[in-house]
Amino acid sequence: MTLRTLSRATAVSAALAGTLALTACGASNETSKDSSGAAGGAAKLSGTINGAGSSAQQAAMQGWAAGFSGVQSGVTVNYDPVGSGGGREQFLAGGVDFAGSDSALDDEELTKAKERCGDAGVFELPNYISAIAVVYNLPGVDQLNLKPATIAGIFAGKITKWDDKAIAADNPDAKLPSTTITPVHRSDDSGTTKNFTDYLSKVAGDVWTDEAAGVWPLKTGESGNGTSGLISSVKGGEGTIGYADESQAGDLGIAKIGVGTEFVAPSREAAAKVVEGSKIKSGRGEFDFAYDVNRATTSTDEYPLVLVSYHIGCVQYDDKDTAGLVKAFEEYVVSSEGQQAAADAAGSAPISDNLRDQAMTAVNAITTAG
Amino acid sequence: MTTTNAPQTQPPRAVRRLGDRLFAGSARGAGVLILLVLAGVAAFLVIDAVPALVAPAREVPGGRGVLPYVGPLLFGTVLAAAIALVVATPLGVAIALFLTHYAPRRLATGLAYVVDLLAAIPSIVYGFWGIVWLAPRLVPFYRWTEAHLGFLPFFAGPASVTGKTMFTAGLVLAVMVLPIITAISREVFAQVPTLHREAALALGATRWEMIRMAVLPYGRSGIIGGAMLGLGRALGETLAIALVLSVSAGTVTFNLISSTNPSTIAANIALQFPESSGIDVNTLIASGLALFLVTLAVNVIARAVVNRRADFSGAN
Repeated sequence: MTLRTLSRATAVSAALAGTLALTACGASNETSKDSSGAAGGAAKLSGTINGAGSSAQQAAMQGWAAGFSGVQSGVTVNYDPVGSGGGREQFLAGGVDFAGSDSALDDEELTKAKERCGDAGVFELPNYISAIAVVYNLPGVDQLNLKPATIAGIFAGKITKWDDKAIAADNPDAKLPSTTITPVHRSDDSGTTKNFTDYLSKVAGDVWTDEAAGVWPLKTGESGNGTSGLISSVKGGEGTIGYADESQAGDLGIAKIGVGTEFVAPSREAAAKVVEGSKIKSGRGEFDFAYDVNRATTSTDEYPLVLVSYHIGCVQYDDKDTAGLVKAFEEYVVSSEGQQAAADAAGSAPISDNLRDQAMTAVNAITTAG
Repeated sequence: MTTTNAPQTQPPRAVRRLGDRLFAGSARGAGVLILLVLAGVAAFLVIDAVPALVAPAREVPGGRGVLPYVGPLLFGTVLAAAIALVVATPLGVAIALFLTHYAPRRLATGLAYVVDLLAAIPSIVYGFWGIVWLAPRLVPFYRWTEAHLGFLPFFAGPASVTGKTMFTAGLVLAVMVLPIITAISREVFAQVPTLHREAALALGATRWEMIRMAVLPYGRSGIIGGAMLGLGRALGETLAIALVLSVSAGTVTFNLISSTNPSTIAANIALQFPESSGIDVNTLIASGLALFLVTLAVNVIARAVVNRRADFSGAN
């Protein structure tokens, strides 16, 4: 009874504070759901989890928050999409309970994480996988095959015309015009750019000589602000080509990229598959599943141009309630319902069963310190 | 200054009531507060910029130190603002002249209202207008300039296919600063003494000659002051530029019609800050400090220019 009053009070204050309308809705339905219980027979929880980080995860996080409020109606999930860097910084400083980040912690941050989380360290779960599509706007060309070296050549400004021999060789059936190619990149610092340049440097290192970076390293090409700005630039010009989250491509042409000797179109299955086939970075914590995505895969059911975004949290929390809440939330996120909720909300690729089993070892390990 | 001193010296026996003291105190407090805020902002910028200034060059974004990072941004900021002023100043002065000396009174009132309204539109709306409407419509113009005026460094091309160029950004800024320049020029032109104008007309001057002889010399400080205030807004404009301009890090070019443009300081901060951490943030703050100093200098110069002629203009 006290628990119910408490969670109702939380719900009222949450509604007053003007937090997620969805959460408030879930909470007001609470009485009717009392008997149905939570998934996995977990105890009914109440409280607030605060996360911050990657804006790429924002849409998925809304799906997770809404879905999780159906499981644990007393829990409010707040997520501030300040950006991956800001999220990691806030998490390490103890400002938020978990971070969403498009890249795993670096060595310096891992050292700081020891102070934040104690010797048990952090968990890093690749909970958000999304294919990055190479999108183009070239009237009359519906299908396009591009080898990695060709993509690198286009974005490096070395291939400048659509009827270049390198493109024509892989597209014998297409009628390629002599239009100038305008490559479009992101003008803001972004995880999509970082994954795209990482891909180029790994698979076409002789053409693309820069390292992976969140800020576009070259001085050439057109730019757009954010995914929407990039898409509108690609749409606005003729002969433009860019890279964006596959779910945002809309009616733009999507190129198939060369994998091995074949060409593969972006898909959820192929995106999840490449992560499963990738290696976990060695020498890190037991539950630190930071991946080196296997960009150079030759297996044609894998799509190596993906963005992997992590949930980063402590394996041990000082506070018992926080540990329970984060545990329940992460359990929901990696569950097939949670992954489906993200796929519906953000068009992301649900993680495979193997990845889920692996993530559950980390989720089950979340405890209270001492 | 003279107005506050006057009451203290005139009455032989000043009656100081509590209300007087409270009011004087709170007014003085408000005055001091604004200085504290300004000093606080300056101190924040300097303190947080220092780590970037002393950091080894390769740790700063771009890997070549703070100056090579901020320099192109400062160049882009000044270039965009300069285009805006070159376009908006003659236009603003012409509108102000029309409003004060040519338009029928009723039309002038309505038109002045519309111009003031332009100043109230949020900059993000101008940004949308620029990217959705203006930029695509300028593409044919850029193609034409590339073909016919390509020998000028400004139009060297290759012409952008989306129209998101420095020239487009400058035009959007021009529309944004136009109301400021117009409003201030109009105020000054309206204050030209009737005697000056009538004297010019009586000497047989046409209306244009009267404007050249009486109105423009009288209003010069107002035009310059208005342009400087407009410059201040153009330098600090963030969202419209972030939306409209296609940028490439570290570029310095006078080519106004290509896809490769330097960013501006304010737009760059808005674009890079969300994903920045550590020394990157300090570098952005250092660029903010540079912008702060430039806008401060612009405002000081504007003040000096306006004040230099204030003594006989009668405008103040």
